[in-house]
Amino acid sequence: MSDKGMTIHLKIWRQARGAASGKFVDYTVKNVLAEMSFLEMLDILNEELVQKGEEAVEFDNDCREGICGTCGMVISGVAHGPYAASTTCEIRMRQFKDGDTLTVEPFRAKPFPIIKDLVVDRSAFDRIQQEGGFVTMNVGSAPDGNAFPISKEHADKAMDAAACIGCGACVAACPNASAALFVSAKISQLSWLPQGEPERGRRSLAMVAQMDDEGFGDCSNHGECEAVCPKEISIENIARMRREFVKGALKG
Amino acid sequence: MAEKGSVAWSSVGKKVITGLTGLALMGFIIAHLIGNLTLFIGPHEFVAYGEFLESILFGKFVIAFEVVMFFIFLFHIVAAVTVAWTDKRKARTEGYRYAKNAGGKSRKTLSSRSMIVTGILIAIFVVGHIYLFKISPSKENLYATVADAFTGLSFTIFTVVVMIMLGLHLRHGFWSAFQSLGWANDKYLPVLTRVALVFALLMAVGFLVIPVFMHFTGDPSFTMPGGH
Repeated sequence: MSDKGMTIHLKIWRQARGAASGKFVDYTVKNVLAEMSFLEMLDILNEELVQKGEEAVEFDNDCREGICGTCGMVISGVAHGPYAASTTCEIRMRQFKDGDTLTVEPFRAKPFPIIKDLVVDRSAFDRIQQEGGFVTMNVGSAPDGNAFPISKEHADKAMDAAACIGCGACVAACPNASAALFVSAKISQLSWLPQGEPERGRRSLAMVAQMDDEGFGDCSNHGECEAVCPKEISIENIARMRREFVKGALKG
Repeated sequence: MAEKGSVAWSSVGKKVITGLTGLALMGFIIAHLIGNLTLFIGPHEFVAYGEFLESILFGKFVIAFEVVMFFIFLFHIVAAVTVAWTDKRKARTEGYRYAKNAGGKSRKTLSSRSMIVTGILIAIFVVGHIYLFKISPSKENLYATVADAFTGLSFTIFTVVVMIMLGLHLRHGFWSAFQSLGWANDKYLPVLTRVALVFALLMAVGFLVIPVFMHFTGDPSFTMPGGH
């Protein structure tokens, strides 16, 4: 530890459960160590709030190691904070300076209703998945290596798309609140593999229809989603989703 | 896996429509620019080029072409307006109090953000353009009409500004069309975005030198020998 710690000013969005809107509330957290994660800093704030008899700031989190996709907030205007390829829980306070003022807002989109403070309901993603983000064949146990004729390139593309943890940052960052990156990753990962073949045509049609029904916006190819994605999912998946969709539509 | 709503008018369907019509419109403006460049050869050649177009298939070609172009414009505009305006507003009813560009791999630019504004401006310009040079020409031949239109400085400047808007629109629109049609991947995206910049510059500069050239050299009293 190089110094005594930083003082961080926070403007956090507070919204009561069931309220139509909320407002920013100013907080100051002292003795913030560079080694702390952003969420640990919020934990300290909440400890202080509870000791003062105030209500703690609600935020989603689970694994705190960037693999579960539960956490997510917009820090200083950028989903998952100003550091590429990380979830909110992977943000470390060393990325900020002593005396910084950070705004903290929830992911904002109509299909992601705010439950309370920074917690949003992302079950729209689950409903999209249930429409086609699965295979219906019985794949049995893990097959022997090289038993399936899948090239390394295709396996890599499938794996890159499958890295999506469904955090919703793509929707949060999109100027149109589009879920194209999430949905395309889920369609794309299965389109590269023989296991995904039987439902290939129907999958893209069904998942896109559900995405539209949930009320997500349309993609304008801004590419903000790729920039904030903690798993660096490429927008090439969105192009692939469109190709899959056109093929599915033409086959009927 | 029930199908809900129309496939063609889904979020992805609308992008495919916007991309296809966008490509068609880009093909059109390339042909349009090449045709316009006959202005630099001379007034006779420009008028003759116009008359040649009018004469194909006894004038039926131009009419058929105009009908097709009308629908291409219509689908491009309606699909794009729902994407970038109406659906967008519905999908985020409460906006961020503080939002910043993520930078890095983002392709969000002034050009991508202003598509709806530049697009509407271009659409208004196209309507005026057709009225001025097609429906109600001020002179007896097309060259004199064009020269007459650009005698005024304000209209010349206005046209130059709209052509810069066209360049901005194409900067995002060119590569975005390929992405919207699914004709892109990590290998081709960087190539497409670079070609988009070159294409946008070529089109904007190509189209904006015409009003400037005509403002300084145009002769509104030009008549074709033989009384056209």
